[in-house]
Formats: sequence, C-alpha cells, structure tokens
Amino acid sequence: MKRTKAGLTAELIEEISREKGEPKWMLEQRLRSLEAFRRLPMPRFGPDLSEVDFDEIFYYLRTVEPVTSWDELPEEIKRTFEELGLPEAERKALAGLGAQVDSEVVYRSILEEVRAQGVIFTPMEEAVRDYPELVREHFMRVIPPEDNKFAALHGAVWSGGTFVWVPEGVEVAIPLQAYFRMQTQGVGQFEHTLIVAEPGSSVHYIEGCSAPRYSKVALHSGMVEIVAKEGAHVRFTTIQNWSRNVYNLNNKRAVAYAGATVDWVSGSLGSKVTMLYPSTVLAGKGARTENLSFSFARDGQWLDLGAKAIHLAPDTSSRLISRSVVKGKAKNVFRGKLFVAPEARGAKGHVECSTLLLSPEAETETIPTLDVRNHDVEVGHEATVGRISREQLFYLMSRGLEEAEAMSLIVNGFVSPILKEIPFEYAIELKRLLEMSFTEAIG
Amino acid sequence: MAILEVRDLIVSVEGNRILNGVSFALEKGRVHALMGPNGSGKSTLAFALAGHPDYTVEGGQILLESEDITRLPAYERARRGLFLGFQYPPEVEGVKLREFLRLAAANCHAPFCEFQKLYLESLTYFRMEELGERELNVGFSGGEKKRSELLQMRVLRPKVALLDEPDSGVDVDALRLIAAGIEEAARLGSAVLLITHYPRILEHLPLSRIFVLDEGKIVKEGGPELAWEIERRGYEAVRG
Ligand SMILES: Nc1ncnc2c1ncn2[C@@H]1O[C@H](COP(=O)(O)OP(=O)(O)O)[C@@H](O)[C@H]1O
Ligand SMILES: [Mg+2]
Repeated sequence: MKRTKAGLTAELIEEISREKGEPKWMLEQRLRSLEAFRRLPMPRFGPDLSEVDFDEIFYYLRTVEPVTSWDELPEEIKRTFEELGLPEAERKALAGLGAQVDSEVVYRSILEEVRAQGVIFTPMEEAVRDYPELVREHFMRVIPPEDNKFAALHGAVWSGGTFVWVPEGVEVAIPLQAYFRMQTQGVGQFEHTLIVAEPGSSVHYIEGCSAPRYSKVALHSGMVEIVAKEGAHVRFTTIQNWSRNVYNLNNKRAVAYAGATVDWVSGSLGSKVTMLYPSTVLAGKGARTENLSFSFARDGQWLDLGAKAIHLAPDTSSRLISRSVVKGKAKNVFRGKLFVAPEARGAKGHVECSTLLLSPEAETETIPTLDVRNHDVEVGHEATVGRISREQLFYLMSRGLEEAEAMSLIVNGFVSPILKEIPFEYAIELKRLLEMSFTEAIG
Repeated sequence: MAILEVRDLIVSVEGNRILNGVSFALEKGRVHALMGPNGSGKSTLAFALAGHPDYTVEGGQILLESEDITRLPAYERARRGLFLGFQYPPEVEGVKLREFLRLAAANCHAPFCEFQKLYLESLTYFRMEELGERELNVGFSGGEKKRSELLQMRVLRPKVALLDEPDSGVDVDALRLIAAGIEEAARLGSAVLLITHYPRILEHLPLSRIFVLDEGKIVKEGGPELAWEIERRGYEAVRG
C-alpha cells in the first residue's frame, strides 16, 4: 500500500506527481493550483465546513494494485463490488466500466466494439501519459483552479478518474460507467473526469459511489469537465450514496457548443454534507441543457445542491428541475441559477424546484437567481414545498399499507418524473435505496 | 351472526371525549345505516373503527369475526378485511390510483392478475374510465372522489365496509352508481355501515337496521321507516 503523509504541502504534491510519472506541465498545473488553494477563501455560503481539516486528510492512497479481472482483487473489495452488482452490470448493460478504490482506478474494461469505434475510455493518469495533447488542451480549462477553493484543491491533489473521448459522429449506444469507492479511514478522494465529445457524437456516462462508514470525516472533491462539440450529446448521471461521514464537495461543469446538448442527472442520497452545482455553459447557437436533480436528505444531512445554465449564445435553452425529499432534522437547499448574456437572444430557460418535507424539523430553501441581460428571452421559475399530511398517510394505511410503504409510495411518486430519466436498472436500484432508507429510518 | 361487533366504545380526540359508549353489530351481506346530526360523532366512529391514530379508544372493544382488533394498527385492520370509504378523501399527488390500489390489493391478498381484471371492470362499472391512470383523487370533483372510494371498495372486496357519506354532494347519475355499488357489495357478502343523511339511497338496499347517533351515543334504532321519519320530523323529534 502506497500512502502519503497526511496534510497538504508542495512536497506532497511533488511526491504524488513523481509517483504518477507525470509530465512537467501537469506538475506545474498542480503547484499553480496549490497557490490558488492557499489564496482562495472557503465558500462564503452554504453548509458549515469547519470540520474539514485539510491537515488531517490523506491526499493520496494506493490501497489496491490495478488488476485486469475481478478475481484478482482482494477478497473484501471484490465482495463489495459484487454486492454493488458491478460485475453483473458490466456484463449486461455497459459499454465500459471503471472502478476506483481510494486514489487509484483498480479495474477498467471496455467493450471491444466500442473500442473499435475509436472511443477512448481510460484512467486519467494513463490519458495524461498516452494522449498528452488531447488532455492538455482541455484539462482544467472548463473549470480553472482559480474558480473556487475546492477546484484549486482538486487541481493540486487530483488522482484517478476517467478520460473519455468520443470521435466525430460516433454514438456510444449503451452507457459507460465509473464507480468510486472510498475504502480507507481518513482518505480524501479527488478523481478527475474529463469527457470530450467530438462533433455529432453521443455518449452517456454514469457514476456511482459509496464508502463504508467511519467516525472520522472523509473528503470527496471530484471534478467533472465536459466538452460537447457541435451537435454532440452528452448525458452525465450521478448516483451518490456516500456514507454519512463524507463531505462531498464537487465541481462539475460542461461547455456545449452550437447545437450540442448536455444533460445532467444527479441523485443525491448519501454524504454528511454535499455541495454540488452542475453547470452548463451554452456557448454556441442552439445549445441545450437539461439538469435533473433529485435528493433525499435525512437526519443530520445538509445537501446543498443546485444547477446553473449560462446562456452565451442565441437560441440556447435550459431546463433546471429539482425534486427534493427531506426527512428528520435535515436540510436541503437548491440554488437554481440562470444567466442570459446580451448576445443570447431567443434564449429559453426554466427553473423548477419542488420539495417534499416528511417531518416538522425538515428544512428546505430554494434560491433562484435569474440574471437576464436581454429582452428577447423566455425565462421562468417555479418553486413548491409540500408535506405529507397525517390525513394522506392514514388514508393509505387504511387501505393496508404500512407506514414505510405508504411513505415510500408518496416519495416515489414525487420523484418519479426524474426517476423516469434514469436508465431502468439504476432507477430500480434507486427505488430500492429509497425504500431501504425508509425502513431503516422508521424501523 | 355478527361479523363486526362494537361494544361500549369510548373515543376521544385531542382530549375531548366524542363517543360515550357506542354499541352495535353488523351482519354479513346486509346494509346498516348510521344517521345523526352534524357533529354527532359519525365520522369519529368510522375513523376509530378503522384505526386512525388520532382517535384514542378510551374504553370498549371492536371485534372483527370475534377477534379483538381494538389495538391493531390501521393497516392490520385493512388486511383483515375492514374498509373505510372517506367522507373527504385526501388528494395524494404523484401517486397513481392504479399503482396505489394494486399495492393495497396485494396487501389484502388479492392476486395480481385478478386485480388487473377487477380494476378495469370497476372503472367501467363506476364510469371512471378517464380517471384510471390519474393520480389518487388529485383534481377529482366531489362526485368523482366518492366514486373513487366505491371503486376501491369494489376492488378490495372487504368483509366490512364503513362508508362515510358516499351520497353527499353527488348528482343523480352518480348516486345511482354508488347505490348499485353498495348493493353489489352486500350481495357479495360484505357487511356495510352506511353513514348518510338521505333516506332515498336506502330504498333499494338490503337494509337491516338504522342507528341514530347523537352526542356520541346511539339514541335510537329502527327499521327503514325510521329514515323517513327523520326526514319528515327532524332528529329532535325522533330522539324523543
Ligand atoms: N380531529 C379532531 N379534532 C378535534 N375535534 C374533532 C376532530 N374530529 C372530530 N372532532 C369533533 O368531534 C365531534 C364529532 O365530529 P364528527 O365525528 O366529524 O361528526 P359527524 O361526522 O357526525 O358530523 C365534533 O364536535 C367535531 O368538532
Ligand atoms: Mg362526518
């Protein structure tokens, strides 16, 4: 097992870079990010992050050596992945699968016919080595390290993640998936995902994640950058089920060029604190984005979520939709942000957030920001907050449903417009997670 | 033999005693009417029998097929064959009527294939074809909500159906459908307790008994003629 000392120093960054055998530009990029990290303030909004101690985190941890088949993995990890259904999903429904444990990708596969189409699907480190021009052109250009403190931190210590490149006109018919596992107590995980879709191509990428629960705070600060060139279609789905000691502070942003479509689908169930605001820069005429978010915050969680659409070109459109369920003493925030530039004539934008509160102590806040700089636009915003009344609950129970069953029926109904958008197998899995969380929450 | 027997039931809500010792029995395959002025405790009785947690049973017993169900949670009572048709059915957004009823039927041991058939047939029976894929009571008119309750009863085939004013605020056509649904349920063996203010609906039903509730007690019992007497002379006079 390769493990660096806890804490964040230039020596540590150099050690990580040396360990990975990186080119000089990447080391420089890391050091520049460290500079920015030291300079930038913590976020001035959202949840309390004072528990995150940057000196206590292990920034790099190679727990398991990479393997080429599931059988070679250590028994415990193998069993975990089997319980998560990864080998089965790989056989049945995926064009490619990558699995990361702590800092490094330990397993990766790609269907032969997808490889034959010229698609690149590879761990980020290998991409830095094998496709230097392609990576250098885009890496942290969509989100520069100076963007915010956690982007800077990520830029300094990133490790693992995936590079996806889809050649012009190629449609990857079934999804690619990545799975992230934080296995070791006190570890930080900072995987970097970069997807470049050439003109007219399409790809669906799914990421899932989990961790065993430890008493110590863990930090996950991943970054996703998407470049959708002219007419390309990228769909990015995340199902987040981190354990309740994880601070999940991510940066996700896409650039959509003319006629391109970027869809974000995010399911946030786990973590202690999440800050997640997937954004799309609509940079070319007619670019579109849809951002579907659903979340389930329970006792002690603060899920600070949002979506951003930045309309920079004419006839661009965006739909930011959120459905949140809050139970017990938990908080859910949704920040829906539309920016429409003076040039973006004919832009259409719609923000819609609905929240369902399952307990009196549950808290919710929706914070829409509509910054519109021209008159030839159609923008709208809607927010609703509902509660399950005792009357509704009794009504369902008087027909033979137990309380947990009644609750999950209502909750499932509430999130169904978004579950519909998730591939079937994952929607089933999500329903199962929701139902499980009800029986555990009530029983 | 009585299928549901209520003995000396005392019920309070938020610390206020509403029912002061109510006793009666329901027979299989028969319709029983419960009448009484507004606020006399009819809905309270129905909720207490169905197991609403806000309605505290302070005394007495509820026996379903001789089994004491007084302390069972609502869903257990439902699974044993008790059904409550609500006076004001709540709207439940996001939940499909069909999906909900399928779950309810499965919990009450109805096989799936039978459910499909019975559901479609019952939609037709109550002229609710357009509502079959809608969300549970959401945006339903008053009359549609009442028919939705009857539809649910028809699909679940309860042993005991407590129907709280299914005939209030519905038009004549809907009234005819609702009366037919009640008649059919009794014919198929359900014991029905029908809470109503109108003698008309009772005319074509296999009515065995009318109970009159006032101030939390049954103050009078009688045959069908009692309903018309109440209609003509009011509760005051009848109570005597
Ligand atoms: N949830 C409740 N909280 C407080 N009082 C109630 C509640 N439900 C019923 N009551 C009271 O109990 C009495 C009987 O009401 P109800 O059973 O609805 O009468 P009915 O159905 O005969 O019109 C009324 O005085 C009513 O105000
Ligand atoms: Mg009433």
